[in-house]
Amino acid sequence: MLENSVLEMRGIEKVFPGVRALQGVDFTLRKGEIHALMGENGAGKSTLIKVLTGVYAKDGGEIYLEGHDKPVHIKSPQDAQNVGISTVYQEITLCPNLSVAENMYIGRTKGVYQNWIKMNEDAKKQLESLRIPAEPTQQLGSCSIAVQQMVAIARAVDADCKVLILDEPTSSLDDQEVQKLFGLMRELKARGVGIIFVTHFLDQVYEVCDRITVLRDGQLVGEYEIQDLPRVQLVSKMLGKEMDDLSSIKDTSAEQQPIDEKEPVFEIYGLSSTAAVNPFDIKIRKGEVNGFTGLLGSGRSECVRAIFGADPVTSGKVVKNGKEVKIKTPIQAMKMGIGYLPEDRKVDGIIGDLSVRENIILALQVLKGFFHPFTKAQAYAFADEYIKLLDIKTASADTPIKSLSGGNQQKVILARWLLTHPEYLILDEPTRGIDIGTKTDIQKLVLKLASEGMSITFISSEIDEMLRTCDRLLVVRDRKVVGELSGADLNQNKVMSTIAGGESNE
Amino acid sequence: MLNKIRKMTDTGLLLTITIVVFFLMYASAVIFLGSGFGKPQAFFNILNDNAALIVLSCGLTIVMIGGGIDISVGGVTALVCMCCAVYLEYHGGNVAVSILIALGIGLAYGLVQGFLVAMLDIQPFIVSLAGMFFARGMTTIVNTDPFNVTHSAFKALKETRIIIPFMGSLNRKGNYVDAYIEIGVVVALLCVLVLFCILRWTSLGRAFYAVGGNKQSALMLGINVRKVKYLSHIFCSVLAGIGGYVYFMHSGSGSPTHAEGAEMQAIAASIIGGTMLTGGVGNIIGTLFGVLSLSTIRNIVSSAGFDEAWWKNNTVAGMLCLFLVIQSIVVSRKKSAAK
Amino acid sequence: MNKQKKSFVSELLHNQMIIPIAAILLLVIFNLISDPSFFAIKLTHNNLGNPILSGNLISVIDFGSELAILAIGMTLVTAASGGQDISVGAGVAIAGSLIFKILRGNENTPAELHAPIILAFLAACLAGMACGAFNGVLVAIFKIQPMVATLILFTAGRSIASWINMNANIVINDQTFAIFGGFIPGIPVPTPVFIAILCIIVAFLVLKFTNLGLYTQAVGINESSSRLNGLNTTLIKWVTFVILGLCVAVVSLIKVSRTGQLNYNGIAKNIEMDAILAVALGGNALSGGKFNLGASILGAYAIQFLTTTLLKLKISSEALPAYKAVVVILLVVISAPTVREKLSRMANKMKSKKS
Repeated sequence: MLENSVLEMRGIEKVFPGVRALQGVDFTLRKGEIHALMGENGAGKSTLIKVLTGVYAKDGGEIYLEGHDKPVHIKSPQDAQNVGISTVYQEITLCPNLSVAENMYIGRTKGVYQNWIKMNEDAKKQLESLRIPAEPTQQLGSCSIAVQQMVAIARAVDADCKVLILDEPTSSLDDQEVQKLFGLMRELKARGVGIIFVTHFLDQVYEVCDRITVLRDGQLVGEYEIQDLPRVQLVSKMLGKEMDDLSSIKDTSAEQQPIDEKEPVFEIYGLSSTAAVNPFDIKIRKGEVNGFTGLLGSGRSECVRAIFGADPVTSGKVVKNGKEVKIKTPIQAMKMGIGYLPEDRKVDGIIGDLSVRENIILALQVLKGFFHPFTKAQAYAFADEYIKLLDIKTASADTPIKSLSGGNQQKVILARWLLTHPEYLILDEPTRGIDIGTKTDIQKLVLKLASEGMSITFISSEIDEMLRTCDRLLVVRDRKVVGELSGADLNQNKVMSTIAGGESNE
Repeated sequence: MLNKIRKMTDTGLLLTITIVVFFLMYASAVIFLGSGFGKPQAFFNILNDNAALIVLSCGLTIVMIGGGIDISVGGVTALVCMCCAVYLEYHGGNVAVSILIALGIGLAYGLVQGFLVAMLDIQPFIVSLAGMFFARGMTTIVNTDPFNVTHSAFKALKETRIIIPFMGSLNRKGNYVDAYIEIGVVVALLCVLVLFCILRWTSLGRAFYAVGGNKQSALMLGINVRKVKYLSHIFCSVLAGIGGYVYFMHSGSGSPTHAEGAEMQAIAASIIGGTMLTGGVGNIIGTLFGVLSLSTIRNIVSSAGFDEAWWKNNTVAGMLCLFLVIQSIVVSRKKSAAK
Repeated sequence: MNKQKKSFVSELLHNQMIIPIAAILLLVIFNLISDPSFFAIKLTHNNLGNPILSGNLISVIDFGSELAILAIGMTLVTAASGGQDISVGAGVAIAGSLIFKILRGNENTPAELHAPIILAFLAACLAGMACGAFNGVLVAIFKIQPMVATLILFTAGRSIASWINMNANIVINDQTFAIFGGFIPGIPVPTPVFIAILCIIVAFLVLKFTNLGLYTQAVGINESSSRLNGLNTTLIKWVTFVILGLCVAVVSLIKVSRTGQLNYNGIAKNIEMDAILAVALGGNALSGGKFNLGASILGAYAIQFLTTTLLKLKISSEALPAYKAVVVILLVVISAPTVREKLSRMANKMKSKKS
């Protein structure tokens, strides 16, 4: 092992049926550094993390840890914890039905006896030192998501850990909480803990990290000091090519007619749903791309879900082409010509075991009715048409959708809705978790569809993307629509300040 | 008031419902159906008759908290009764060994079912459904016909009564009769106590809750999920073995039809006691009250003149149905509150 | 499309149908070795002078037909809800009891039928569908696990059945009524076979001309996603239970017609186990999702083949469940993903050693 390293992974191999997810990857973590692990989705980041934490068994290579002469074998998350590797995942991986203190200490102690009084005291100290607003005896489920995430971090920190893995820990935190987390990370770094930081946010990488390792297609691209690798280079290393000039995709905006003059297709007044969005109004105009923006959890997804009837609608009315219509359920929305690509592809989008063909025709089939199934020939014709049109990479139309990559799954869902020829298409985070190439494709497609007269709502966590594609933006804050931006107001600063709201309008 | 209810944890809310239901039911029985229910012995008889069910329900509670289920407990009870009966009656064995047989059958069941569920990820329902049919089939293979055990040492054990001081009452002739409980009740209450402590205060107990609440999270917390699941099934089946022996001590016979429908009663008792089918929520004390509620209502039904056997089954089924629906509502309440 | 060409053998091995077919072949070979007379079929005449076929194989297709009908409904329920209905035996008891209640008038051994059989059958259908609807409401609306929800009727059903006729001991001796579980005069093949064929044809027509198959599979695989595609997931799950209820009613007619009497606790006993086994033996995942109806139906006959074989080996019918339980466990163990993964890993190792 190198002089000051805490962890070395050498020649790690991992094979899944049909895919070599990791091919001879090396990774070195030094004492007291924050090390970013970068790569596109599917590059092998999460596989590497899961090998390290014992969720997957590696198929080759060796892992060395400080204080161990021989390579260590990590067979389970528990093993990983025992040798000092702790992880905080993107999704909260605690048990909401246990108390905060139990969540911090369970799975650590050997034997059946548990000193509850001491445990609660320790937990209290730890929570106070990290300024986490939670009581040790409180049930975790009653805390907010952000606090739950912080308890997860407190748990990881409290273990006698040498290596701390943070797997996209910031995605559900707001800026303030992110700063608090960074403070915590710097303190741990000072204590000599090696931190592996996985994130999609480049800003955050350049803010806290010392070193970057880039993976691509399951292979190591290289390890770099942060100051030696400017952003553009990092992105091009991740992509394996020089970056397209993304900003060029929207070019003719000056020639378009002002959006106010376009006729509204849907007018929505005072809509609200059980997902607790405050009543909001919106006019959807023909051929426009609008967007809902706001922080995660601000209610932007809930707004569009309400439009589609995905959550039970509690109030409001919808007017289509001047006539009032009833939209309470997804099927009613579909009949009105609305399509909805959901935020969570795995849970709400794909039907995993069904084939690509069945996934593509599903929505149109439902519209056509229970007693009028498509013939096989029709279904294949539709599927083949869209597989070609959207360039979906699949072995055949009969392949189960779950064996496709994330980007291609997303294209299948998109194909499903395009096949219904909607007048109004809602795309909730269509670009999340897919590679940059497909992201660009989807943005281009959105603009093309709009130019053909389709109305589109586009939601993305990345403000750049929204600025590039949308004609106007609705800003959502604390489950309220607080503003609408269009024309000259569509710039990063203005959007940011509207999202932040209140005092920040300098 | 409503706010207070909203703030309660699921465990607390469901437990409260159960205890309130039990006391209301018992009180109304005393008021409307007269003195029979008023005597302490009436209450003790409920315990005597249902000691086995208490033990079985405790097992189910644990396995359900762990996110599984086991419908083989009734079959195991019958198998234990039959094996012990045959052993004592036809092979002249001794009582201590018969207890070991009961525990052995339970342990074997737990090992096999736990392995299939925890190690091979097979649905617990399918496994224990097969287990139930296997036990019932094996019982008839061991002996087809029901019979009473006449083994002397066993009879002595069966007839042992533990007198409860100061709780006796006068019988029709005006003589003072001591109130008593059977040994089985002591065993059952001991089980309740021990399991309560395990669930509340040991890391294993909390691991059951963790695994049942969210398997993935539990794994990430470093809990050996497979081991915990395995243990939950072993607990349940060993308790089924113990419960089987308690049943045997109460009935003193072996029969292929013993404990028919016990699995549903045990599940019903656990659910009435506030254990969630979805796992992660539950309480042994609640289960005890669940059994008591269930048997009280059965006694009410039969003393109200509906004597036929089918009424008892239907009441239990009705109670199970009712509480399942209540739970379903509680779950949706929680979901909407989370938003 | 660049479809990979697979060899005929591997195609066959990947087809679900291979599992029930292999099971039947195995049983055939076993019986050929142990006692070839198992396959003897005799043409005799019954006491009414009609020609009938008898023999072990005939009883397989005869009793297997009941199971096949149940397997149709059970497969759909499994696909949509990811669970099984264990109350089918109790459902048969209820529907059968109702048939007798209507046919008998107020007598225990009626000399003639008091109502047309079709009326009694329609009532049974309603009763069966009501049971299914009850289970369906618990599962689809209250989101209770199917097996726990159906446990209610599993326990209470037979009590309800005996309550319908006040536990009366009824015997119905009527030649027309006996046809459904016996033989049509002049045709030596048992009637249940024809009823099953009819049901199977109807089922396949329904699957062909409606979207029932696509919808149930979609709901079974991903409920949330199906809902957002405009499917009424609650209704679809509920409908599968009602369809199963209809299958139960058909079986109940065969069952009561077969014996002409009613044993509330004995009728269709343990049939839920066989029906679930049929689905599992058909290679369908018991956790729901994709299904293959043909394989389930073949599975049903395979199970009956097993039952007949076991009975031939002088195993008492009370002990049968123990043997079948072992078969269930073997089946689910083989089809468990964990086990398959291990097996394929072993196979890969073997291959790499060879090369």
